[in-house]
Amino acid sequence: MGLEIQVQVNGKNYQSEIEPRLLLVHYLREVLGLTGTHVGCETSLCGACTVLVDGRAVKSCTMLAVQADGSEITTIEGLTATPEAAGGLHPVQEGFWEKHGLQCGYCTPGMILSAVQLLRDNPSPTEAEIRHAIAGNLCRCTGYQHIVEAVEYAAKKLRSRKR
Amino acid sequence: MIPAAFEYFAPKNLDEALRLVERHGDEAKLLAGGHSLLPLMKLRLSAPRYVIDIGRIRALHGVREEDGRLVIGALTTHHDVESSELVRQRCLLLAEAAAEIGDVQVRNRGTVGGSLAHADPAADYPAAMLALEAEIVATSSGGSRAIPAGEFFVDLLTTQLRPDEILTEVRVPVAGRRSGGAYRKLHQPASGFALVGVAARVRLGEGEKIESVAIGMTGVAAHAYRAATAEQALAGKKPGAKLLGEAAGRVTEGVDTLGDMHGSAGYRRAVATVYARRALEAAIARAGGKTA
Ligand SMILES: Cc1cc2nc3c(=O)[nH]c(=O)nc-3n(C[C@H](O)[C@H](O)[C@H](O)COP(=O)(O)OP(=O)(O)OC[C@H]3O[C@@H](n4cnc5c(N)ncnc54)[C@H](O)[C@@H]3O)c2cc1C
Ligand code: FES
Ligand code: FES
Repeated sequence: MGLEIQVQVNGKNYQSEIEPRLLLVHYLREVLGLTGTHVGCETSLCGACTVLVDGRAVKSCTMLAVQADGSEITTIEGLTATPEAAGGLHPVQEGFWEKHGLQCGYCTPGMILSAVQLLRDNPSPTEAEIRHAIAGNLCRCTGYQHIVEAVEYAAKKLRSRKR
Repeated sequence: MIPAAFEYFAPKNLDEALRLVERHGDEAKLLAGGHSLLPLMKLRLSAPRYVIDIGRIRALHGVREEDGRLVIGALTTHHDVESSELVRQRCLLLAEAAAEIGDVQVRNRGTVGGSLAHADPAADYPAAMLALEAEIVATSSGGSRAIPAGEFFVDLLTTQLRPDEILTEVRVPVAGRRSGGAYRKLHQPASGFALVGVAARVRLGEGEKIESVAIGMTGVAAHAYRAATAEQALAGKKPGAKLLGEAAGRVTEGVDTLGDMHGSAGYRRAVATVYARRALEAAIARAGGKTA
């Protein structure tokens, strides 16, 4: 039985008929073909599937696509089109590049979206605040230090622009 | 990890939702933030025939102050509670408990009503609501009833709610002067849930004596409870290190303590004592006008 939903993903409107039990992460990956959002644990613990729903970081494996009906969603693919990106990479993406914030890259899309929410809420986070903000995102490679530095890099860049 | 098929409803207002629960009762599950229900459905530990998504009922969102109480709508997210200026000012304990739940993403979706209705033995809000002597409001098409938090939690994952009822709001009395509260928690590092969580609320009276005290415990037993013997040990006395230590040592007295792969019953009892003392110290300091 199909239900109709309308969502805006990365600025583009979509209308789809879906099964109610379809998870948001599968909708994004399999129906819309946006495979930048990863599936890690499937059990709500790793944060690899994190996307922004109406501006808030959400584990898309723990939300039904029908719950997102009427929402605006941002995935990793849409970050270069956000105002912060100013035509290039988003400063958080740039930070991960410059500070070596990834190794295998599996956790990276989710990690970046959690960091984007953090910097919108709190433009000058302390190291402890950064670590707290990514507590729902697990990384098996980096040991987190370079991720923290990547977020600090982005915070600095975003602040310098505002001046 | 895909839920079994179900029929989905998304009522836009409470009346519509109440009619649906009345009709489908036992075969239906309400869906709020989905952060307890969807993991269970993905594991097929829960396979409801009907899912009633109450997330779109605007009236159940948000916090307001009314007649000396904070009224918190069932669908208010943990993030909204944690970041509400009103909650921080009127009831720091509650904001503190919300901030300790899971991680950022969980707090963005999970709701007060869902947490209380689910009644996980390691959830944080139950301890807070017990210490705050909150009332939990359950509504059916027949009307509403206010259930004292002290009577709400019945057993493991079991509350006073009937299948035809929706938890609509929580009413938290705002403490007067010379009162303070605090929540202290030991996280289970993988899930974030409480190995032990202690909510303490204290009012100081004449001669700096403890005029009233309430202690809510979570993570320790099949359901959250008030540590009554510890409260009795404190009532009417002037707080000092020795008294607090003694009282904190009694928070698991007479309680059938949980033991599992994350911590034995003995370990939980030991840790409960430590966190109870810390919560009480912070609550007393705040009641005396100090920051803690
Ligand atoms: C990774 C992870 C970590 C977590 N860590 C913690 C933690 O540290 N501390 C903690 O306390 N919790 C934790 N949680 C649980 C989280 O707080 C849940 O959000 C909460 O327990 C349930 O709220 P919900 O809105 O998501 O409810 P749902 O999952 O939507 O519903 C839960 C249950 O309550 C029922 N229900 C929901 N709303 C109502 C209502 N208004 N009236 C009647 N019945 C209702 C549903 O039918 C269902 O049976 C964690 C969850 C996850 C996934
Ligand atoms: S895949 Fe969603 S939290 Fe791990
Ligand atoms: S870079 Fe490999 S999991 Fe984080």
